[in-house]
Amino acid sequence: MTLIETRDVDIRHGANTVLRDVNLTIDRGEIVTIVGPNGSGKSSLLRALIGAIQPAQGTVTRAPGLRIGYVPQTLHIDPTLPMTARRFLSLPRRHATADLDKALEQAGLPDLHDRQMADLSGGQFQRVQLARALMEKPDLLILDEATQGLDQPGSAAFYRRIEEVRHDLGCAVLMVSHELHVVMSASDRVICLNGHICCEGKPEVVVSAPEYRAIFGTGTGGALALYRHRHDHDHHHDHTCDHDHEAAE
Amino acid sequence: MILDDFLFRAALAGLGVAIAAAPLGCFVVWRRMAYFGDATAHAAILGVALALGFSMSVFAGALVVALVMALTVSALSGRGYAMDTLLGVMAHSALAFGLVAVSFLQGVRIDLMAYLFGDILAVSKPDLLIIWGGAVLVLFLLVWRWQALLTATLGSDLAYASGIDPKREQLVLTLALALVVAVAIKVVGVLLIAAMLIIPAAAARPLSATPERMACIAVLIACLSALGGLQASFSLDTPTGPTIVCVAALIFALTNLFRVLSRKPA
Repeated sequence: MTLIETRDVDIRHGANTVLRDVNLTIDRGEIVTIVGPNGSGKSSLLRALIGAIQPAQGTVTRAPGLRIGYVPQTLHIDPTLPMTARRFLSLPRRHATADLDKALEQAGLPDLHDRQMADLSGGQFQRVQLARALMEKPDLLILDEATQGLDQPGSAAFYRRIEEVRHDLGCAVLMVSHELHVVMSASDRVICLNGHICCEGKPEVVVSAPEYRAIFGTGTGGALALYRHRHDHDHHHDHTCDHDHEAAE
Repeated sequence: MILDDFLFRAALAGLGVAIAAAPLGCFVVWRRMAYFGDATAHAAILGVALALGFSMSVFAGALVVALVMALTVSALSGRGYAMDTLLGVMAHSALAFGLVAVSFLQGVRIDLMAYLFGDILAVSKPDLLIIWGGAVLVLFLLVWRWQALLTATLGSDLAYASGIDPKREQLVLTLALALVVAVAIKVVGVLLIAAMLIIPAAAARPLSATPERMACIAVLIACLSALGGLQASFSLDTPTGPTIVCVAALIFALTNLFRVLSRKPA
């Protein structure tokens, strides 16, 4: 069953076309990961899916009554806004205290309900964010680089939790991630984005696609090597994709 | 009848403004809209001038101009303008145009002080009706939209993902702000309305663990300031509106001192 579908979607920021001709569908229960260099339109695509930006062209169709759980890349809570972890879970809809405590326990944070969000560590904060997104029992969980700023064990634990959640709720998961080694092991499908969809498919298929290699480097050393070199390689490639990279910035 | 006592009417008027301005003020603080409140309030003096010129209700004139100003600012925000500069320009030019407009009117120059600093002791029974009508409407809006407003305040993407349109919630706040400005003119005057929005909320912050608690404590502090200010201005023979704001400011200093002193040593 298709939860969300885009057809020929173009997204523009002012005069810049950030994304063009995006056709994608997300089906119930699958884990789909979007990879791509900075400025490739990953976050724009997620924002179009949740309805925060309107595509300049094309359509985004959500299944009727679709419940989306969304975990943004960062969430800045103004220091003037007092917010306990338990209160945060009751947004946008209120829930019974027992349910909130249960959710915190499942998130592995049983003792933190009265703690201010501002006082949580990065990992705790993201787990509370995930717990909040799950309160509505979403059909589709959307995560935008949710493990940014977490250390290796922290992000590994976070992805284990997502796998658990998918198993328990049967929801689809759509995430943007830079951690290619995790992506490759945890995703059913990978979408490689760079101003348009360069290639997509099962992780092992995508890794060997020329479009993917053009962006993330070559070699069969596996995603882990690519991940390690992420900071010092640039995106020179042999232009197997016929698009303008400047436009994607 | 007790409403015939001008002090009692003044107290009721002060409380009416307090219960509406304080919770709305929390959102103004959380969303960093302080200048936005200023601009809207200062624009209201232009509304007062227009209302006096056309012999209309001052409330209606202030409400309409405040609403136009608030909608303009709201529309401009998020379009990449340097908002603080733009708001500063709009707030003060609206005030200046209002003052100039008032000077064209014959015979109202004496009244100007009443609109700049409020004239709570001159609140009439019909004024009371309007103040409480507006206050109840603002409270209703805030309670009705509370969860959505709070979600949109945390992040617009968070709101969109939950099917909440943050632009609509912004509109609710804009409307509430114009209402508060219109009803507060008589009580504290256009120059100090923003103070009634921001100071009680800021004073409540150190005592609050949740947004709801902050809103409730802000209401208490605002009520205390209104009654205390009225009392103090009566015994000290000082202008009432500014005295109310002074009391609120003192409470702000106290609660923040309390936070500093009660903070555990690191």
